[in-house]
Amino acid sequence: MLKIDIQHAMLTSDGKATLEVCTEIEDRELLCLFGHSGAGKTTLLRILAGLTKADKGRIVFNDDVWFDSAQKINIPPQQRNVGFMFQDYALFPNMSVERNIRFAQKCSDQNQVDMLMELFELQSLKNQKPGQLSGGQKQRVALARALAAKPNVLMLDEPLSALDFEMRLALQGEIRKAHNLLDTTTLMVSHDVDEVISLASSMLFIRNGKVISEGRPDEVFDACVFRKVLQA
Amino acid sequence: MNQDFIQTLLLTGKLATWTTVLLLVVGFPIAYLLAYKRFFFKPFVEALISMPMVLPPTVLGFYMLMAYSPQNVFGAFIQQVFNVRLAFSFEGVLLASLIFSLPFMIQPLQNGLVSISVSLREASYTLGKSKWQTFFHVLVPNMLPSIITAIAMTFAHCIGEFGVVIMVGGNMPGETRVASIAIYDEVQSLNYETANQYSFVLFIVSMLILTLIYSINGKKKLL
Repeated sequence: MLKIDIQHAMLTSDGKATLEVCTEIEDRELLCLFGHSGAGKTTLLRILAGLTKADKGRIVFNDDVWFDSAQKINIPPQQRNVGFMFQDYALFPNMSVERNIRFAQKCSDQNQVDMLMELFELQSLKNQKPGQLSGGQKQRVALARALAAKPNVLMLDEPLSALDFEMRLALQGEIRKAHNLLDTTTLMVSHDVDEVISLASSMLFIRNGKVISEGRPDEVFDACVFRKVLQA
Repeated sequence: MNQDFIQTLLLTGKLATWTTVLLLVVGFPIAYLLAYKRFFFKPFVEALISMPMVLPPTVLGFYMLMAYSPQNVFGAFIQQVFNVRLAFSFEGVLLASLIFSLPFMIQPLQNGLVSISVSLREASYTLGKSKWQTFFHVLVPNMLPSIITAIAMTFAHCIGEFGVVIMVGGNMPGETRVASIAIYDEVQSLNYETANQYSFVLFIVSMLILTLIYSINGKKKLL
């Protein structure tokens, strides 16, 4: 279980805002962080990965304290064992597809590399460099690389935002595949309602840094529609 | 070709090679700090490193010569501890050359590091890689054109250096007499043919180095 209780000042397009999140995420959830641009979704994901230090609070994964401002604990990203997929995929341009995946491994295991390349249909691309790949191919390599490290938590920062509609639909299946293979918690940033409903088992609806609703996507969106109808 | 000619060219190459190798080792940590760290005196440090690009070489040479004097603290310290006299010696010219060529090494390295997307470094960290592993496996291979530019620019600049060398090293054959000084000396002695030979070698070497830099940068733009 991932327990989060953090506060963090951030600058948004509407001015200063405070990201305040207090929640618990069960194991094996595929949780979507949903909200408009600048709501704080990516900042929250970066704080969980250890890439940004929260101003205050505590993050605990199972029994491991990742962050505790009171006790001055801040475990670096290298030791949190999270698989983070960046919006721009962040594939290493100097490495081939196969080397990108192998680089992520803690111990060299060619069988695992072959299995991941087969799962994400990358065998024919294994010697290509990232600069030679399409957006969808890069996304599959980034997913395979994130899984190669056998992470405790998989974190996806708007994994489908750079792709066209058809590609998004096709690659939603790849994300589900990655989540099932890893059999652990997946956190995904999205601002696409269809994507959240299609993929997520639960969601946090974040607005201006605050969680305004959480639960199953259909329940959260139904409640939002109901509230809008009441306000109309 | 006479012995002096060969000796002068070898000394020029030796000075440029040592300067480039030592600056590559010293320059990378400095460029890394300037590229990725924020600290209070950063603009001052950047200005200080860039000073040799705008300062007349004779000014730097004059201050270096003063510092080398055994009557000053630095010169006295070096002479007592290492038993080395810096003024009018190869070691003294090398130290002056290191300082004078610093911006030619640091600036391309710093630009190369800054040009690498932050997410590449962060991706490496989230994959459990240390800063050293990230440096050698991710940063260095993705900034090779900047590294080659830094090496070539430092080497080329060092080969052509005149003002600082003549101030701190003078014109001692086999010790401090590099090609640029030999050209000046030969012209003063009206030996235009020898001056022409030195000039031709420096012209060709500089041209080759610059062609190498432009061809590498051209390939980078095409990719």
